[in-house]
Amino acid sequence: MSDELKSSRRAFLKGGAAATAGIAAAGAAGAAEGPDPLITELQDWASLTGDGVDATPYGLPIEFESDVIRRNVEWLTADTISSINFTPIHALDGTITPQGCAFERHHSGAIELAKEDYRLMINGLVDTPLVFTYADLERFPRENHVYFCECAANTGMEWAGAQLNGAQFTHGMIHNMEYTGVPLRTLLAEAGLPAETAGKWVYVEGADASSNGRSIPMEKALDDVLVAFKANGEALRKEHGYPVRLVVPGWEGNMWVKWLRRVEVMDGPVESREETSKYTDTLEDGTSRKWTWAMDAKSVVTSPSPQAPITHGPGPLVITGLAWSGNGAITRVDVSTDGGMNWTQARLAQPGQKMALSRFYLEIDWDGSEMLLQSRAMDDTGYVQPTKEQLREVRGLNSIYHNNCIQTWWVRETGEAENVEVS
Amino acid sequence: MSKSLKLFATAAAPAAAVLVVAYNFADRNVTAMPPLPDRSEAIAAYTAPPPSPLMAAVATEGDATAKFGLGRPALPEEIAAWDVDIQPDGTGLPDGSGDVWTGEELFEDNCAICHGSFGEGVDNWPKLAGGMGTLADEDPLKTVGSYWPYLSTVWDYVNRSMPFGGAQTLTADEVYAITAYILYNNDLVDDDFTLSKENFAEVELPNAGGFIVDDRAETEYPIWTGAPCMENCKDSVEITMRARVLDVTPEEDGAEEAAETMGAESSGGAPVEVAAAETTETTAEMAETEEAVVAVAADPELIATGEKVFKKCKACHKVGDGAKHGTGPHLNGIVGAAVGAKDFKYSKALTSLADSGAVWDEAALAAFLEDPKGFAKGTRMSFRGLKKAEDVAAVTAYLATFAE
Repeated sequence: MSDELKSSRRAFLKGGAAATAGIAAAGAAGAAEGPDPLITELQDWASLTGDGVDATPYGLPIEFESDVIRRNVEWLTADTISSINFTPIHALDGTITPQGCAFERHHSGAIELAKEDYRLMINGLVDTPLVFTYADLERFPRENHVYFCECAANTGMEWAGAQLNGAQFTHGMIHNMEYTGVPLRTLLAEAGLPAETAGKWVYVEGADASSNGRSIPMEKALDDVLVAFKANGEALRKEHGYPVRLVVPGWEGNMWVKWLRRVEVMDGPVESREETSKYTDTLEDGTSRKWTWAMDAKSVVTSPSPQAPITHGPGPLVITGLAWSGNGAITRVDVSTDGGMNWTQARLAQPGQKMALSRFYLEIDWDGSEMLLQSRAMDDTGYVQPTKEQLREVRGLNSIYHNNCIQTWWVRETGEAENVEVS
Repeated sequence: MSKSLKLFATAAAPAAAVLVVAYNFADRNVTAMPPLPDRSEAIAAYTAPPPSPLMAAVATEGDATAKFGLGRPALPEEIAAWDVDIQPDGTGLPDGSGDVWTGEELFEDNCAICHGSFGEGVDNWPKLAGGMGTLADEDPLKTVGSYWPYLSTVWDYVNRSMPFGGAQTLTADEVYAITAYILYNNDLVDDDFTLSKENFAEVELPNAGGFIVDDRAETEYPIWTGAPCMENCKDSVEITMRARVLDVTPEEDGAEEAAETMGAESSGGAPVEVAAAETTETTAEMAETEEAVVAVAADPELIATGEKVFKKCKACHKVGDGAKHGTGPHLNGIVGAAVGAKDFKYSKALTSLADSGAVWDEAALAAFLEDPKGFAKGTRMSFRGLKKAEDVAAVTAYLATFAE
């Protein structure tokens, strides 16, 4: 009950009369307690006029959605310039992440690089090292693909136990966009690859001060890696690498180099900072895995969740969430309301697509009792998302990266939810 | 090479074949102006459905040298400027050398403010030394000495990405010296050590053998594959840990309160305390200077330019409401303020300036911003300086808009 009041309090503050309707709707379905003034009384918006077409040349979300924003966890890093924020996945639906609230990860801040100042160099073991301008890139044949980008550290704070109370913080280092760009293989072929590409690598590097660089095996570079300049139909945002970023489908976000300035064909990996001292996964015995590029199948219930409590009481309830796999397409998601004892197959909103987010729904008739909500993803390789316990058995507690464990939300009778771990 | 690579190799073949088909049709006379090259077939090849596997197999034998003729050859100077990465065997290293003692001085000036004088790390900034033998512990300390596999990575990273806010400003000799000092801090070399291109490959880091290539395909995928349990999967379920008990989540009250707390979101009360504690007394002279600056600052265009110029500074210096110290002190109210007046760990260069009663008036700021190390020899500010006088004026005007 306290949560019902809390959530309606904001509605009351924001919308006045709307709050009254909110409380009425929160009760069991049935007869209205009286005529709804929102219907019986003439409202301003039904009588006066709204904004003209020139009010907002480029629109932002309406003020009522001002809490759907990226958030930072200050204690995680020393400085916001070399840090990460989180996508508000608890408040989104569908699968496409709007650019304006898609998580950011910078190592030296988001730079401003104009298209006219942009240069992309292809060098190393190629016939002719080349320099492309942005305008050059636009003249190559383009492709469109929807892919998720997940930071390898997503859920990384949860290895040792339930820490952050919200899907945004536990799973929000992810976004999913439709990219437009040129396949990297097209640009590599333009520079001329060696006759034998097996065993070769490309080193990709950004133009910002961090000079983030990663080594990618040639097989991947020639497969589906995209040199992208548009996302969700419009130019990339500054914070996502405007004007050009690399898209490395299914692989950890750190490899999706932003402000891409150079691709070097090499006969081995550079073993840069981001592929040795970071983005390597330490196991229980102290040895560490390297080159753990693929993001394994994973899912999370986005609502209800700690930041998206149930506000309507018992009755019809939509449980929804996201599932994805860097090794293929999501084929199935199961949901448990009792902490993993029993499972029900959820409904995929669309057939799963390779290396893209899938949205799932499970509609239930909630009796108002406590739930331990979990989701479990499966992909087309037959892989089943593991529990945290299963992951720990193999990796211990210090892997930091690639935590794709099953998440549990403890939903109380009040509808509020908490991040917990269960036996 | 890992298993996952083999998987990708099979997937790559058809995709590459599509490309080859396209190139076979692509026009090869891109330099000939008349007549206009006919690219319709190339375009058709790209928009057509993928060829059958048989066609693809034939096509891979074809001529893959056809080009679109876009871009231009990269010049040697351009490649030299950008291609500076260093491989584990030292390939790519420039000539040069540096010793531990030179490295110590450079480290103090350029690195210590974040990493500590001995690489012990300040606040949340990375620790660079220590932690030997802790990798299997509950809380491992991962440093250059305890974790990094290759020294080339250290040289490469210091050279390309450090210092923070002044990347690529160190000379090759300076990078050798700093790298030598980091080795010394990790007890891996003696204090008379000099690192050079010649002896670089002789240094092996302790954890070089501590890495294995991704083995999830063998150790994890087989056990987590197959039909999952659907009913009565365990005997009981108990809550073993709660996030609320730990209480480290930024917002306490969840999404409902987010809109109201947005403005103060970035931290729980700390900025207010800091701001209050750092309010400094303003002398009469300062007030006069401020007035003068405010008169200059009335030009909004200059302020806007200054805001852009300030991007070069803001990696280390914060301004505005709730600004806190970062790598450098926050700069609210700096124009006209006494040098070294903020509660910040200043270099000796700045504290001695402060002792002499120096004030950040326009002349002092201009001299400092144009040549930081020339104006205050020994300053930890690694910034190279603003070359244009108009940039100095603009950034001063911008800074003058922020009161203490």
